[in-house]
Amino acid sequence: MVATGLAGNSGAVAREATGGLLSGIPGLDVDPFAIEYFDDPFPVQEALREAGPVVHLGKWNVYGVARYAQVYAVLNDPATFCSSRGVGLSDFAKEKPWRPPSLILEADAPAHTRTRAVLSKVLSPAVMKQIRDRFAAAAEAKVDELLEKGSFDAVTDLAEAYPLSVFPDAVGLKQEGREHLIPYAGLVFNAFGPPNELRQTAIERSAPHQAYVQEQCQRENLAPGGFGACIHARVDTGDITATEAPLLVRSLLSAGLDTTVYGIGAAIYCLARFPDEWARLRRDPALARNAFEEAVRFESPVQTFFRTTTRDVEIGGCKVGEGEKILMFLGAANRDPRRWTDPDRYDITRKTSGHVGFGAGIHMCVGQLVARLEGEVMLAALARKVAAIEITGPVKRRYNNTLRGLDSLPITLTPA
Amino acid sequence: MPTITFIHPDGRAEPVEAESGDSAMRAAIVHGIDGIVAECGGSLVCATCHVYVEDTSIGRVGPVGDDEDELLDGAAAERQAGSRLSCQIKITPELDGLVLRLPERQV
Repeated sequence: MVATGLAGNSGAVAREATGGLLSGIPGLDVDPFAIEYFDDPFPVQEALREAGPVVHLGKWNVYGVARYAQVYAVLNDPATFCSSRGVGLSDFAKEKPWRPPSLILEADAPAHTRTRAVLSKVLSPAVMKQIRDRFAAAAEAKVDELLEKGSFDAVTDLAEAYPLSVFPDAVGLKQEGREHLIPYAGLVFNAFGPPNELRQTAIERSAPHQAYVQEQCQRENLAPGGFGACIHARVDTGDITATEAPLLVRSLLSAGLDTTVYGIGAAIYCLARFPDEWARLRRDPALARNAFEEAVRFESPVQTFFRTTTRDVEIGGCKVGEGEKILMFLGAANRDPRRWTDPDRYDITRKTSGHVGFGAGIHMCVGQLVARLEGEVMLAALARKVAAIEITGPVKRRYNNTLRGLDSLPITLTPA
Repeated sequence: MPTITFIHPDGRAEPVEAESGDSAMRAAIVHGIDGIVAECGGSLVCATCHVYVEDTSIGRVGPVGDDEDELLDGAAAERQAGSRLSCQIKITPELDGLVLRLPERQV
């Protein structure tokens, strides 16, 4: 390896340089799904990174990896660290999943290979070229509308309102019932967590949201030309079956909206807090795409995912048995000083390639191009039309077992 | 180590020493070559590590894969005969001296 601090690309689990320590995995008495943790996760994330390449969390009886090298290695070795036993705490080999498993997120090769190929085609770079102008025009219109208002809540009126104005239409959803989309996604991401109050409450209240989503995933409810119809069209070409298509549409509704809400919210929160970076973006709106990408690294809207070991394995020289849950701290990896220079700085010109905010490897977010498109065109519109973003009220955090973001961000925009 | 040379659209040449077994994309990222964005980090999603392989070298870098082929259709800059995603070019000692031209844009 070249001496840049970048992790190896081999797919094998990284070993520590010397010693080959085979036991002594440090145990940490922390709960990364507790409200106090969500309020300020960074000291705990640092402790997790510094404790060792792999740690054991007694609270939930799972192993955790928080250093970039190990997170990257786990993500890139799906044969050893599988997804089909669930990417939350619940082990599908031991517990009934709360909903029918995802055919792409909670699947391994070869089943995953086929479904992944379908969604990759539906959300490809070529498709992004077709929708780009529409998404950009909607961002311009949204910023004009918000400048009229002047003061508003950047979470509901911007981070939620903009994706809601473009994504459901792009999928081809009916107008009625869209209010279920954000609660459904919140439920899905809470359900990856442990059986705490967040998860239990979300599942108890899930029935109407699940009913809505199941209905909208049917072919007759999806407008021609949309992402949903494009998925169903793959039934006709024999790539997937008629029973698989609705579940793949469900993946878009689970993971395609709330994540971009949190991502755009993260970017606005960064630009409002770091006026020097906002000034750089205003001088060069072409930096918008990287400013969004850096916000995804810096805030890591998707904080964690689990894998399950398929065999006895060594992680950083430590032995972990078969059938163990491994919690990957994506947010901690994205701020690991072993990998990133000045990791706690939001820098819109940083070379962000390699961050794991969208994951990495065969399960890396299949909708990442949609997220980047939305983030880029929104930040570019703001950079051209807005002189200043000022936080004007109390910032409130929204609590979710997997997603990191805000519930309320009152801001005032000054026109350019 | 094999030497790979990236040529910017303005003609500027940047030779880098690449690690055998790495991808050409990775060599570019490790050496901070502007013009290789590599948003997805090599997971075959984004088409932002697009390069043009010179005609005389096309045979040396191996065939274009099916997934790569589809992604190249969506690349931001014009697709040409020598278009490749540099994340799919694996560096070997035989590729010493390879020249890769960078497109005008990646996104």
